[in-house]
Parts: sequence; C-alpha cells; structure tokens
Amino acid sequence: MSIKIVLGLFLGIGVIFNCLGSIGLLRFPDVYTRLHASTKATTFGSIFTSLAVVIYSLYRWSSLGDSKFVVLAFHTIIALIFLIITNPTGAHAIARAAHRSGVLPKQAVIDQLKEAKLK
Amino acid sequence: MIDFFITFLISLFTYLFLTASSGEILGFWSTLELSFGVALSIIVALLATRVLFQKKSYRMLNPLRWVIFFIYAFGPFFLAMAKANIDVAYRVITGKINPGIVKISPNLKTDLGVTLLANSITLTPGTLSVDIDEENNDLYIHWINVTTLKPTTKHICENFPQWIRRIAE
Repeated sequence: MSIKIVLGLFLGIGVIFNCLGSIGLLRFPDVYTRLHASTKATTFGSIFTSLAVVIYSLYRWSSLGDSKFVVLAFHTIIALIFLIITNPTGAHAIARAAHRSGVLPKQAVIDQLKEAKLK
Repeated sequence: MIDFFITFLISLFTYLFLTASSGEILGFWSTLELSFGVALSIIVALLATRVLFQKKSYRMLNPLRWVIFFIYAFGPFFLAMAKANIDVAYRVITGKINPGIVKISPNLKTDLGVTLLANSITLTPGTLSVDIDEENNDLYIHWINVTTLKPTTKHICENFPQWIRRIAE
C-alpha cells in the first residue's frame, strides 16, 4: 500500500515540474529564458519519474524475484545518467549558437558577452 | 598500456549493464554473450583510447576524486538543483524576469573542470552558461534575475568552484 503512495508522490512531482517547464516554454520572451525553463524543470521532473520506475521495478523484483525487473532498473539508471549529462550540454550548445548567430537577449539589463566580442 | 586497460573495462561494464537479462553467469549473462562482449570491448578500446586519454593525464584514476564527486553530486548540487526548480516555477507562474549576460572568472585550469562547472551552473538557480573564453576560461552566464552588475562567482554558483577544484584539478 505504502509503495503506491511513494510512487504517486514521485510521479506527481515529476509531472508537475515537466508541466511547469512546458508552460515556461510558452510564456517566456526569448530563447535564453525559454532554455532556463526547458532544461532545469524537465531534468528535475525526469529524475523523479525515472526514480519512480526504479523504485517500482526494485519492489517487484523483491516480491517476485524475476530478474527482468532488475534489468529495467539498470536501464532506467543508465538513461537517467545520460539525461543529466546531455541536457545541460545541449542547452549550452543552443545558447552559444544563438548568441553567435546574433540573437540578443530581450529585456536584458546587461550583456557582457556582446561587449567582449569573442572570436 | 593502463589507458588501454581502463577503456577496455569501461566499455565492457557498459556492455554488461546494457545486455543483462538471464543466463548461467551470475544469473545475468550467457557465456556466448560475455565472450562477444570481451571481443567487442577490445575493438572499442583499440579505437577509443586516444579519445578518452587525449592529454595523457591520469589524475581521475584516483578513487578519492570520485568519492568527492559523488558527495558533491548528491549533496550541495542536488540541493541547489531543487532550489533552482522552485525558482523556475516561481518565475513561470509570476513572469517576473530581469535577465542579462554576465561574466565570471572561476579560475579553473582543466577542460574537465570547466565542463563540470558549466553544466552545474546550467542546472542550478537562475543561471545558464552561454559561452566560454577559452584563453583564460572565463564563463559568460545568462542570469535570469540580475541583482548586481558586477557579480562574483559567489553570486552565481555559491562555492561550486572549490568543490570542482578538489574533484578535477
């Protein structure tokens, strides 16, 4: 019974943060602020949904003893690790490419990167 | 020689993780699968050793660095990430933003250290790394709520540079 509460809690937190990330994507004015919403909120939300999968599969493994559930847990953990590595890297690549192709941040109070003129 | 062996072990473990199902070896792998994995890992190690150890530096083989890395990842980093998400949620709901791009000089020397710091900054409150000055490793950060026009590293990323100096330098 209590496992259901834990799973529901984790899935709920994950879905709420993913949902907020999507709303932020629609609401914010330019590419940089949208990246804030999409990277942070979706990474955090996906960590919680994946943890729910891991907990569920470990629980089923301990009660049934079927090794396919351990495999499910392993694969989810690997997916999670690569998600945490690639998500910020991708966001950085998009932001860098946007600034180099001349998209300036809207409503910005300061832009030291434009002043620096990197090659 | 040691770099070849390390690459071999990493690829073998990745292979074993991904192919674990059922079989006679420890209940997870069959003999054919395991021998195939060893053969593939040797090929991968021959090809990829140069990529993994580009600068012939073996400092990350010290297990203490990995212990500190895990303490960092599950302690201060995870806490900052939780704070970041509450912050983003607040800004999504209210729409209050005051963005800008600022420069910080964390004084890290290695590529790995700068990569770790840039990724940590992207996942922590209100900041997103945009560009790197590769001559002196300055980072340009998009900050969603600019509070001061002359920020130090303390404003942007707390004491992450100290942690990362212990891990990667």
